Amino acid sequence: MKLPIYLDYAATTPVDPRVAEKMMQFLTMDGSFGNPASRSHKFGWQAEEAVEIARAQIAELVNADPREIVFTSGATESNNLAIKGAAQFYHKKGKHLITAKTEHKAVLDTMRSLEREGFEVTYLDVEANGLVDLNKLEAAIRPDTTVISIMFVNNEIGVIQDIAAIGELCRSKGIIFHVDAAQATGKVDIDLETLKVDLMSFSGHKTYGPKGIGALYVRRKPRIRLEAQTHGGGHERGMRSGTLATHQIVAMGEAFRIAKEEMHAERERIAVLRDRLLDGIKDIEQVFLNGDAVQRVPGITNVSFNYVEGESLIMALKDIAVSSGSACTSASLEPSYVLRALGLTDELAHSSIRFSIGRYTTEEQIDHTIKIVHDAIGKLRDMSPLWEMYKDGVDLGSVAWVAH
Amino acid sequence: MAYSNKVIDHYENPRNVGSFAKDDPSVATGMVGAPACGDVMKLQLKINDQGIIEDAKFKTYGCGSAIASSSLVTEWVKGKSIDEAALIKNTDIAQELALPPVKIHCSILAEDAIKAAIADYKQRHGN
Repeated sequence: MKLPIYLDYAATTPVDPRVAEKMMQFLTMDGSFGNPASRSHKFGWQAEEAVEIARAQIAELVNADPREIVFTSGATESNNLAIKGAAQFYHKKGKHLITAKTEHKAVLDTMRSLEREGFEVTYLDVEANGLVDLNKLEAAIRPDTTVISIMFVNNEIGVIQDIAAIGELCRSKGIIFHVDAAQATGKVDIDLETLKVDLMSFSGHKTYGPKGIGALYVRRKPRIRLEAQTHGGGHERGMRSGTLATHQIVAMGEAFRIAKEEMHAERERIAVLRDRLLDGIKDIEQVFLNGDAVQRVPGITNVSFNYVEGESLIMALKDIAVSSGSACTSASLEPSYVLRALGLTDELAHSSIRFSIGRYTTEEQIDHTIKIVHDAIGKLRDMSPLWEMYKDGVDLGSVAWVAH
Repeated sequence: MAYSNKVIDHYENPRNVGSFAKDDPSVATGMVGAPACGDVMKLQLKINDQGIIEDAKFKTYGCGSAIASSSLVTEWVKGKSIDEAALIKNTDIAQELALPPVKIHCSILAEDAIKAAIADYKQRHGN
């Protein structure tokens, strides 16, 4: 078995070989390398046709009209364009926005930037299972609320928000609803004909496409308007100028086509692997699953191992590529803000591991992972004074710790 | 995080992990740090009547450099008198392990653990 084992599909996915094959046809002199905006010759026409096919493939996965898809450089740009674009365009209607504390930084930092422009933002608490309480969301709505942004699938814990219900609420109040769906495509069914969503962000590289490409869905009926954030040649109906990256767009289209075709079988296969993983570690004491146990995608499993520290755990798990809620590996010492928002103690947030399973994960890899996890937890707990105290029946909350 | 080979060696093969019986009068225990900060070190020293550290054991909850710092300290204190052990400085630990700047606090914690164990010994032996 090749080591390390990749279990970080929520961070990024490898490009599907079928996608890479397609992508290569749009780069060289022998391929369709033209500028899709060149209207005067065949090179341009070919490239434009390829872009329009990709646009349709992306629209098809989410049951939208191709004219509602705007290409961007990725979900981060889509989130920026959607939230800033709508907030600024409709600022005369009001200057209040709502989001949740567990959103991706691309949403939270965009909101922070709008606060500096004079907008007011409510950062909604989530429940202990990571889900937004609809009543609390409704209570946060004000007459001057113009945009609500809630993600579809959380990148750290994998919980699925009730986008249908939130959409109904937003529509009934005349509020624009933006959804960051970077982690949702190819994992949950998305039907924009029934969902009352006005803006939705997509990413290429979370769904076996390349990095550097994304899209924003902008609803036509009722029509949503945006203030452009990137100005230039007026591409993408003036919403996002810049020469279209044909090869990346074609690749994202192919990736989304494959996702539509294979997502149901893939979801089932991944769920079996996820169950195998959970079954394999359930005999370890003091292990906690983070986020709702039912309303989640099978690909993302986030667990905390009590009484072991996150960074040493990552070191002990060096043969598996996973990510940790511990910030010890970065310059700051703050643990994951998502896990803190669920009400986890710093200790449990520090000792969390996100296993994200994907298209190329095998049963053999999961079995090896289970063994590595057992060994690592055993070794670190043998070394942990906290584990020893827990085993001796000491209440750690009653100890007078010397903070440093 | 790019750790030095010495940190990785101590992390993968920690020296002197374990605990002595707490009620043994020759054992001094120092516990420093807090779970919320991500580091807790427990250092135990077995000290003979002449005030010489005959043996040392540790348990650490913390990152790789916290584990390495405490493992290293157990090696260093063995055979030293408590007064000599008290002279071990965090800078010596950090230098030996080539700790990166963000991990200097681990070496400070290890020095504190020695001091806490010695303070425990002195308190229990009335000097």
